[in-house]
Amino acid sequence: MADGTPQVASAGGAPILEVRELVKHYPIRGGLFSPSQMVHALDGVSLSVARGETLAVVGESGCGKSTLARCIIRLEQPTSGHILLKGADITVLAGRPLRELRRALQIVFQDPYASLNPRWSIASLIGDPMRLHGLVARGERRGRVASLLETVGLGPEFMDRYPHELSGGQRQRVAIARALAMQPEVIVCDEPVSALDVSIQAQVINLLKRLQRQFGIAYIFISHDLSLVKHISDRVAVMYLGQIVELAETRAARRRVLHPYSQALFSAAPVADPQAAAARKRIILAGDVPSPIEPPAGCRFHTRCPYRQDRCAREAPQLRAVEDRLVRCHFAGEPGFPPETSA
Amino acid sequence: MSAPVLDVRSLSVEFESTLGTVHAVRDLSFSIGEGETLALVGESGSGKSTAAMALLRLIPNPPGRISSGAVLLSGRDLMALSEADLRGVRGREMAMIFQDPMMALNPVYTIERQIGEVLRLHLGLSKSEILAEVVELLRLVGVPAPEERARQYPHNLSGGMRQRVMIAMALACRPRLLIADEPTTALDVTVQAQVLDLIHGLKEKLGMAVLLITHDLGIVAETANRVVVMYAGRKVEEGTVGEIFADPRHPYTRGLLGAAKWEEADGDLLREIPGTVPSPFEMPSGCSFAPRCAEAIPLCRGAMPELKDVAPGRQVRCFLAEGRGHG
Ligand SMILES: Nc1ncnc2c1ncn2[C@@H]1O[C@H](COP(=O)(O)OP(=O)(O)OP(=O)(O)O)[C@@H](O)[C@H]1O
Ligand SMILES: Nc1ncnc2c1ncn2[C@@H]1O[C@H](COP(=O)(O)OP(=O)(O)O)[C@@H](O)[C@H]1O
Ligand code: SF4
Ligand code: SF4
Ligand SMILES: [Mg+2]
Ligand SMILES: [Mg+2]
Repeated sequence: MADGTPQVASAGGAPILEVRELVKHYPIRGGLFSPSQMVHALDGVSLSVARGETLAVVGESGCGKSTLARCIIRLEQPTSGHILLKGADITVLAGRPLRELRRALQIVFQDPYASLNPRWSIASLIGDPMRLHGLVARGERRGRVASLLETVGLGPEFMDRYPHELSGGQRQRVAIARALAMQPEVIVCDEPVSALDVSIQAQVINLLKRLQRQFGIAYIFISHDLSLVKHISDRVAVMYLGQIVELAETRAARRRVLHPYSQALFSAAPVADPQAAAARKRIILAGDVPSPIEPPAGCRFHTRCPYRQDRCAREAPQLRAVEDRLVRCHFAGEPGFPPETSA
Repeated sequence: MSAPVLDVRSLSVEFESTLGTVHAVRDLSFSIGEGETLALVGESGSGKSTAAMALLRLIPNPPGRISSGAVLLSGRDLMALSEADLRGVRGREMAMIFQDPMMALNPVYTIERQIGEVLRLHLGLSKSEILAEVVELLRLVGVPAPEERARQYPHNLSGGMRQRVMIAMALACRPRLLIADEPTTALDVTVQAQVLDLIHGLKEKLGMAVLLITHDLGIVAETANRVVVMYAGRKVEEGTVGEIFADPRHPYTRGLLGAAKWEEADGDLLREIPGTVPSPFEMPSGCSFAPRCAEAIPLCRGAMPELKDVAPGRQVRCFLAEGRGHG
C-alpha cells in the first residue's frame, strides 16, 4: 500500500471497504486562560473488510469505535485519512456520488429507539429511503417492504405499526430491514445488540449471520462483548485510545492475544461457565482509561500496562507485523511475551 | 449453615396502571446466608429490581404495593417495622448499590460529606472520626489518593470511581446484606472486573450476604454461589451455580444458557428462544413460558406449574421436571 501501513489481509480476498490512516480530532474550547484542546478520538486507524466478512472492532468506552463508524459512513468528516469503497476514494464525495455511497454503506445503531423516527410507520421507515434512492417503483414499494419484513422475521401486520409499539428486538429488526432495503455492500453495526436481552440478542445475531450468508454483506461489527465478538467475527481489531493495538484473525485471537491490553481485555470478559471461570486467571488492570485529550506520551497504554519498561513512556510503538497479526507493542513477538495467563 | 441473613417468604408486589394491575413479583421466596452471593437473573421486566426495592420497602405507593410476604433480616421481619425503625435498617444493616451511581450520590455534596452523613446518622461518629473513616473506606474500595478524592464532587470522578464511592458509602456501616442491582452494567469490562473483584473481596473480608441482580450469565458464573432464575415475575428455577450451569432443568434456563454460550456455537447459529417476554397485561394462561417453550405439552397451556423441590436447595417450576411429561 502506498503509505506503507501494514495490513492483515481480509480472509475473503480483495477488500470491499478500506480505511487508511484515519484521524479524527474534535476541538474543544479552552477556558478563559487555557488554550483550546483536541480530543484525539481516532489517531491513524487503518483496516479493511472483504465481501461476506465480519471485522469486529472492540475496546473500552471512549476508545473511538463510534467515531470510526460515523466517519466511515460519512456522517462526519475525518480530520485526515482516506476511506475507499471498492477501491474508489470516498472521503471527499458530495452530491449524487455521496448519495450512492449512502446506499452502499448502511449503519445499524445500538439504540433502535433513537434511530427510528417515532412519528413514522414501519412501512414509511423502510419504504421512504427506497423512494429517495429510486430503488423500487412506487406501486411495488409496499410489496417490497413486506418481503423485507419477512426476511427479518416480522409479519406484514407490522407495516402499519409505529416504533413505540414494538419491543427492542423487533425495533432492531426494523432497523436491519431498513438497512437491507438499500441493498448495501457493507453494514456498520454499532453495538447492535447491547441494548437487548440475552434471548433476543441471539435472535438478532442469528439474523445478521443468515443475511450475510444470503447476500454476502460485509459487517464492521462494533461491540464491547468479547464472547459475542469471538462468535461472530472473522477478524478482530482491538482499539485503545483512538488507535488499533492488535488486529488478528479471530481464530488466532481466541488461542492467544499478543498485546498486553488485548490480554487484559480478553481476560476480564466474564465467561458463562463456572468451571472455566474458576480456572482462569484474570488480569485486573489498575486505574481508568486516560483522557483522550492528552493521551499518554510514548505507548498510550503504558500508564496501565503490567509489563511496561522505561522505554514505553518515551517511545511510541508502531503497529507492526508480529507472527500472524499486527501488534502495537515494543515487546510483542519476544519469546514468552506477554506472559501466559490461562491456568 | 446457620440461620440465613436474609429470608424472603412469598413476596408479591403489584403496580396499578390504567391498563390494569401488573403483578411484577409473585410469590417469591429465597434466602441468603452469611458470606454467600445469590444471583437473581432474568430478562428485562422479569421483576428483579422490583423485588430488590421491595426488600428495602422502597416501592413507590401509589402506584405500587407489596401485596404479601415477609422479609426477614437476621430473623427480624422488615414488613412489620415502623418507617422510623426501617430507616435505621436501611444503609446500616442492608445497603444497596445501583447501576447508575448518580442515583445514590448527591451531585452538590463532596464525597466526604455524603459518606460522612451516613456515618454520622447511623454510627454517631464525631467530625474528626468521620474524616479518618471516610479516607479508610475509600482506601478499602481502592480509590487512589483518598484524601484528595474525599474533597471532590461526584462529577470530578470517572464512572468506575463513582461506582467505588457508592460501594464505599454502602459499606460504611458494614451492612450484613448488600443488594447490588446491575452494579457493573454501565461499566467497561476491565473496570467491571475491578468492581466485581472488589465486591467479592469485601464479601469475604466482612462476611456479608450479597444479592446480585444481573442479566449477564458470565458475571453469574464468575461471582455467584447460588442462582434464582425469574421469568415474568416468578421464580422458575433455583440451584447452586454449578447445578444451574451444568444441569439446567427449566426450558427457559436452558434457553438462556444456550443463547449466552456464544463461543460453543463456533461458526454456527446460536440456539434462540423464539418470541418475546409476554406483556404483563397479556399473560398467557397456564405456564407463562409456554408460548416460547419448545418442549411445551398440552397440559402447559391449561395450568401454571408449581415450584417443586427436585433436590435439596433445588427447585423447578415446570411440568416436565416433575416427570409429568415425556416421563
Ligand atoms: N412504577 C411502576 N409502575 C407500573 N409498573 C411498574 C413500575 N415499576 C415496575 N413496573 C413493572 O413491573 C415489572 C417488573 O419491573 P422491574 O423493573 O422490576 O423489572 P427488571 O427485571 O428489574 O427489569 P430491568 O432488567 O429492565 O430493570 C415490569 O412489567 C414493569 O413494567
Ligand atoms: N462531537 C464530539 N465532540 C467532542 N468530543 C467527542 C465528540 N464525539 C466523540 N468525542 C470524544 O471522542 C472519543 C471517542 O468517542 P466515541 O467514538 O463515542 O467512543 P466509543 O464509541 O468507543 O464509546 C471520546 O473521548 C468522546 O468523548
Ligand atoms: S509498549 Fe510497553 S507499555 Fe506499551 S503495551 Fe508494550 S510493554 Fe506495555
Ligand atoms: S411447564 Fe411446559 S411450557 Fe412451562 S416450561 Fe415446562 S414444558 Fe415449558
Ligand atoms: Mg459508542
Ligand atoms: Mg432492573
